[in-house]
Order: sequence, then structure tokens, then C-alpha cells
Amino acid sequence: MFELNRLSEAELESGKYTKIWHGPQHPGITGNMSLELTLSGDDVVECKTHVGYLHRGFEKMMERRTFIQNFPIVCRIAVPEPTFNEYMYAAAVEELAGIEVPDRAQWLRCLNLEMMRLASFLMWLGGASGSFGMNTVYQWTVTHRDYMLDLFEEMTGARIYHMYITPGGVRAPLPEGFTERAMSVMNGIEKLLFEIERVVLNNHIFKLRSQGLGVIDPAMIDPYGIVGPNARAAGLARDVRKDSPYLVYDQLDFEIITGDKSDAYNRTVQRYHEMHQCISLIRQMLEQMPTEGSFHADLPNVLHWKIPAGQTYVKSECTRGEYGYFLVTDGSEYLRRVTIRGPSYTHAIAVMEKLVVGVNIADVAGLMVSLHTYPPEIER
Amino acid sequence: MGHAGLQLVSDMYMQELCERLIQRFDCDQVVHQKADLSLLRVDKDKLESTLFYLKTHEGFVHLSFVTVIDYIEDDIFRLSYMLHNYDSKSDLAVQAEISRTASTMHSIHHLWAQAWTYQRELKEMYGIDFPGSPRVNDEFCLEGWDGPPPMLRDFDTAKFCEERFVDREGRESQDIKQTMRENLYPERGES
Amino acid sequence: MNDVNDKLKIKSPSAGSPPGDGKGPASAQLENAGLSLEEQQLFCDAAPVPYEPYSPEFLERFHNWIRANSMWVLAFGTGCGAIELNPLMTSRFDANRFGIQMRPTPRQASVLIVAGYSSIKTLKRIIRSYEQMQGPKFVIGLGICTINGGMYWDSYNTIKRLDRYLPVDLYITGCMPRPEALLAGFMELKRKIKAGECDGANRYVKDFEWYKANQKKVIKKWDMPDYNW
Repeated sequence: MFELNRLSEAELESGKYTKIWHGPQHPGITGNMSLELTLSGDDVVECKTHVGYLHRGFEKMMERRTFIQNFPIVCRIAVPEPTFNEYMYAAAVEELAGIEVPDRAQWLRCLNLEMMRLASFLMWLGGASGSFGMNTVYQWTVTHRDYMLDLFEEMTGARIYHMYITPGGVRAPLPEGFTERAMSVMNGIEKLLFEIERVVLNNHIFKLRSQGLGVIDPAMIDPYGIVGPNARAAGLARDVRKDSPYLVYDQLDFEIITGDKSDAYNRTVQRYHEMHQCISLIRQMLEQMPTEGSFHADLPNVLHWKIPAGQTYVKSECTRGEYGYFLVTDGSEYLRRVTIRGPSYTHAIAVMEKLVVGVNIADVAGLMVSLHTYPPEIER
Repeated sequence: MGHAGLQLVSDMYMQELCERLIQRFDCDQVVHQKADLSLLRVDKDKLESTLFYLKTHEGFVHLSFVTVIDYIEDDIFRLSYMLHNYDSKSDLAVQAEISRTASTMHSIHHLWAQAWTYQRELKEMYGIDFPGSPRVNDEFCLEGWDGPPPMLRDFDTAKFCEERFVDREGRESQDIKQTMRENLYPERGES
Repeated sequence: MNDVNDKLKIKSPSAGSPPGDGKGPASAQLENAGLSLEEQQLFCDAAPVPYEPYSPEFLERFHNWIRANSMWVLAFGTGCGAIELNPLMTSRFDANRFGIQMRPTPRQASVLIVAGYSSIKTLKRIIRSYEQMQGPKFVIGLGICTINGGMYWDSYNTIKRLDRYLPVDLYITGCMPRPEALLAGFMELKRKIKAGECDGANRYVKDFEWYKANQKKVIKKWDMPDYNW
């Protein structure tokens, strides 16, 4: 079906091909992953991916800690975008334990998640422009992302690993004057995005290099399990926030954005529009945020917290697509099994090995970054 | 473009689907966990045809993941295949049980082009063989690993770390629950 | 600033440290047993030698001043901590004004930042990169995972103490350390280099057998030369 043709041993020894290692330290990716590329001249003929540089054995570690001990460590699974792990772990535990989360906590969680999406997109945009040679844009976006990290610090107490969303609710309400500061940061980011549209998306060289690079055929999407902006750019209207609404997304006003062809350029345009959508959602939430009410449900004694046996699957839409947690409990104080399914699991391995064939070596980094993969969530 | 918002299938879709599957493939242990998530168990030799039927006739085209739950007390591995239907927006987990010793399972790499990665990881982490799956014997996360498959429940990681690695002095115990009890809830005493 | 520097000083060596007899590698020749016979001929089998300081003392102080003011860092984000290196190097916290640059190759770098946890696979690459750097070279251990394993204390795939495998000159604690903490750490490293206290490269050569034995105990797939020039 979508079988890859591998070169035989005799062909590899014949001297016509060069083998190089692209990684684990290389541009185009936030995380460590290597590509073993076989080149014929400048073009890639075959690729084997190697992961495992960031493997810490999270699923095993989480089985050895109680439910409340797990929530601080869970954010470190996907390093550049940590909050989704906290939310999904909390949602899975609450569903199996039957805990009702107060309304104000839902709004605060949703605001935190949308801000995290925007911060992650900003860092991605810097990396994407840097992979094609525009390093100044990287400086701009990381700086504006830093203003968002300041907002996170006001909201949660930490810049990167918030440990804010716990089973039961959130840990603190918004501080005084947060809305004004957040709105001014959003205005600054919106101005930056218009500037980036001029400088990056209308840039002749960027268009030449990225149009036609790494085209995802719509017939490839379901066999390979491609999700998120990669699939939406090909025209499929699939978004977990609309298909299975969670938190307060059914009360917010937004549309699924789609494109017509999924190549590196259109995926960049797709994510650019999704960044504008994030800003609009954050503004809506800041205006409609309830200011009274409890932000945390009462939990039983967390040292001896036992959850009835069950299995559940919780999904959310992170910047890269459908991110899911499959949680299995067996009635004891420890969970039986947790499976963390990150979207980069297929994008970085199966899809990458298929798309990189025939690509010039100078564009490999650009292709990797246009698929938006984060290796920490592949090997956890 | 936007989301049409039409209800393409009825609210009883998942219940009716599970009834159909029970009749065709003898499934059991059906659990309707949520309105859009159901789990059921099928015999391991019928799993491939069940997945094929779901993929081609019922619209469950997306494979979310393949995972394993280790029930060491019953001496079985419970494989779990999570499928998603984009028309009805629902998830279905098809589970099958295999023996824990000399465990092998039919590979489904011909149904989904992404499945070989999941099977490669399960071979490394649990020792389950999937004959015929591409690159199933290649190392995935671990390099030069000489121990048992690490996700098995009888592999004690704390003891392994004590033997393989050296800790820094000054810490008497790594027992987190004891430390939490003493530092955070001292008034509760030994409870 | 001074009490910040006091807090950042590493404590005196403890039982997990090398013997410190400083006699150098036992044999002047390396075995390179992890390589096949054809490959052994491609790699050098001479053991590393420590570098000598310049003989008029003022020249050595001058060179220390130069080294302290142009610390070029190898751009290898080995773990979580790399996420705070991005804000450090960009225009808000701008480490470039201190002479700190990110270099893509170990041949041009003098500082190796081990950012957080190291899995066994990454440790092998860190050691290869460290040995390819030219002395004098310095290692910064970023985050609590390099100090005692951090939250991965029971993980089967991460190392618990970095200074058993590489000589560490400075630890910066935190999870994650903020960019300001990183800058304070760099200032402390600068002070140490100027005072001549950073001899990690020489320590590595003098206790070579001890470091290699520790590395080979955790890295099972040893298909590389004993010393990567």
C-alpha cells in the first residue's frame, strides 16, 4: 500500500550513495531525534529515523506514584508545550473518580491551554523561519513568547512547567489587573503577526523553497493517522475542539480553518491563521471569564486516594493535533496503565520517512519543521 | 469553510454498533464509558477481521493507538486498539487478550501504514512479537538494553537504579509517601 | 551579587568523586576494543594528555581572561533545559553581550551545557562531543537532574549523577532555571575561569580510567573509540 522501497545491501556498498546522520542536534526540530539519510548527490533516497534520546520511561514512572504525585511530573512529557499533559491527566482522573470541576476552573483551564497553544505556535514560527534562513524572525517570536511566559508566571507561578491544572480544578485564580496586561500582550502579538505575514509569508524565497515541499496527499491521511494542522491544510475539517468539545469550547465562537493543499508553505499559512484564531479565543475568554466561584473541587485525602477500576480515553487539540491519554485504573492507590499518544508519534516517524524521499538535503530541516514534531512526546 | 454541525448519526449509534459487533464477531465485556467512547473485548483470532470490518464498513478509519495493559495476576496481556470515526465523532477500543509467556499477536501493518511503529515499541517494551511487521526487531527507545522488557510489572525500577547508578549522599530514603506524610501532614501521625 | 555567587559554589568533593591521585591514564595506549579491526586503524590510540598552563604566570592570567570573556557554548540541547536556552540567547536576555555564542560544532566550543536529564543514549553522544572539544573546556550541569537525578530518580534510562561520567565545573539548580539564573551561573563560571579554578579537562585526563569505567558500566553498546579526538 504505502510500502517504502529500501535499497539493498549491494546498492548501499556500491559507492553511488552517501550516508549521513542528521541529528540528534540539528535545526528544524525542538528536541533530539536523528535521521539516517542516504543521499544520492544532494537528494535524499532513503531515510531511517532514530528516536529514544529523550526516553525517560514516564509510563513506568507514573505507575509507581500515587495519583496526586503524578500531576507535577506529567508536564515534562512534551517539553515545549507542557500544559496539555496536565489537563488530560486531570480530566482522565476526574472522569474515573467522578469529580465535578467547577465552572470557573473550566474557564481558567481553557484560558491556560489557549495561551499555551499561542506560545507554542510562536516558538514554532521562529523555528520555521530560521530553518529557511530568516533568523531575525526567530528573535522576534521568542521575545514575544517571553512576554507570554511572563503572563504565565503571573497566572501560575512558573514560566515553563506550570503545575497549575490539578485533578479537581486549578491552583489559583487570576491576579488583579491580569486582563489588561494580557490584552496588551495580545495586541503586541497581533501586530507582530501582521509584520510576519509581510516578511515571511509574502517572501519570494520562502515561497520558492517551501511550495511543493513535503506534499501530503489526502489519501495518505487516514492510513498514517495524520492529525492537526497537517491534515486541516489538506482540506479535512477535523478539530477535537469542535468534534468532541471539552472545557468551554462549545461556548466560544470560532470556525475550523482549512486549506486546500498540504505542503510546507500552506501548512505555515494554516498555522498563521490558527494563531489569529488563538488570539481571538483568548480575547473572548478574558471578556467572558467568571470572576466569582470556587476554582477547585474538594478532593478526598490525597494520601489514600483510591479510584474505582475503569478505562477512559481523553483527547485534546494541541498545536500539533489530537493528543490523547488512555488511563486504566484498578481500584488501588496507583494507576494500572497510562498510554500517552502524542501526535508526533506518527508525524515524525512514518510520515517523515515517506515524505523526505526525493527532497534536497538543504530542505530536510524545513520539511521537519513544517510537520511540527516534538520528539519528547514520541518516546516519553 | 467550517463545521457543518449536522448530526450525521443517531444518539444510539454506539449501542447499535456494539450490538452488530456482538452478533458478527462474538464480542463481550462491552462498556459504554461515555457517549462517544465504548470499549469491548474480542477473541484474538477475530481481532484482525473486526478491525477490517470497522475500517471498511463502519467508517472507523483512524487508528489512535495500540497499547497493552499488563494483568500479571491473570497472566495475560490485554491489547487495546483505539479507533476513531470522524463521521460519528466517536471512539471505540477493541481489546484482545494474549498470553503473557511467549506472547505473539497478528500484525495489522497492512491495515494502517502507521501501525508498525506501535508494534515496534510494544516489542521492545513488553516483548510481544508481531511476526511480519516491518522493522519490528529494531531498537526504538533503548540502546544496548540488556535487561528484561522494561514495562513489565515485575521489573522493579528502583532496585535496578540502585544497582546500576550511584546516588548522591545525604538522602536517607527515596520513599516519597513517607516524606510527604512527615512534611505535609505531620499532625495526622502514622495513618 | 556576591552572596548569589556564594550560593552557586559547588560543595567539596564527596565519596562519589574520583580518587584524585592524578597519575594519569595507566597505559599510554588506548585499547579501542569496541571497534572492529578495520575501524581501529582509523582512530587514534594515544591517550589524552593534560594541557600545561603558560609558564609566565601573567600570560596564564591573560589567557584566562580571554577564555572567560568569550565562552562559546556547544549548541546541543540535551534535555529539558534547552527550552530556557532559547530565551537566553535571543534579544530579551541577550547572552551575546557577554561573549556567549552558540556554536554548532564541538571543535569551536569551549563550554558544554548539559541541560537537564541525560538518557543513556544521549550520554554517549554527550561524551563523544565533550571529548572532541579542545581544552580548556568547561561543563555546566543545568538543573537538578544533573545533581541527583531529580524527578527521574527511579527511571531506568537516565543517569543520576553527571559528575561520575564527566567533570562538572558548575551546577545551576532549578527546574527550570530562569534565564537570569543562567546568567548568574555564567558570571560565576567567568569568575572561576579567571581565578584559574576550572580544570575540568585536566581532571578528566588524570582520572581517565575512573571516568571510562563508570561510562562503560552504564553504556552497554560501546561501539566507539575509547577517546574521541
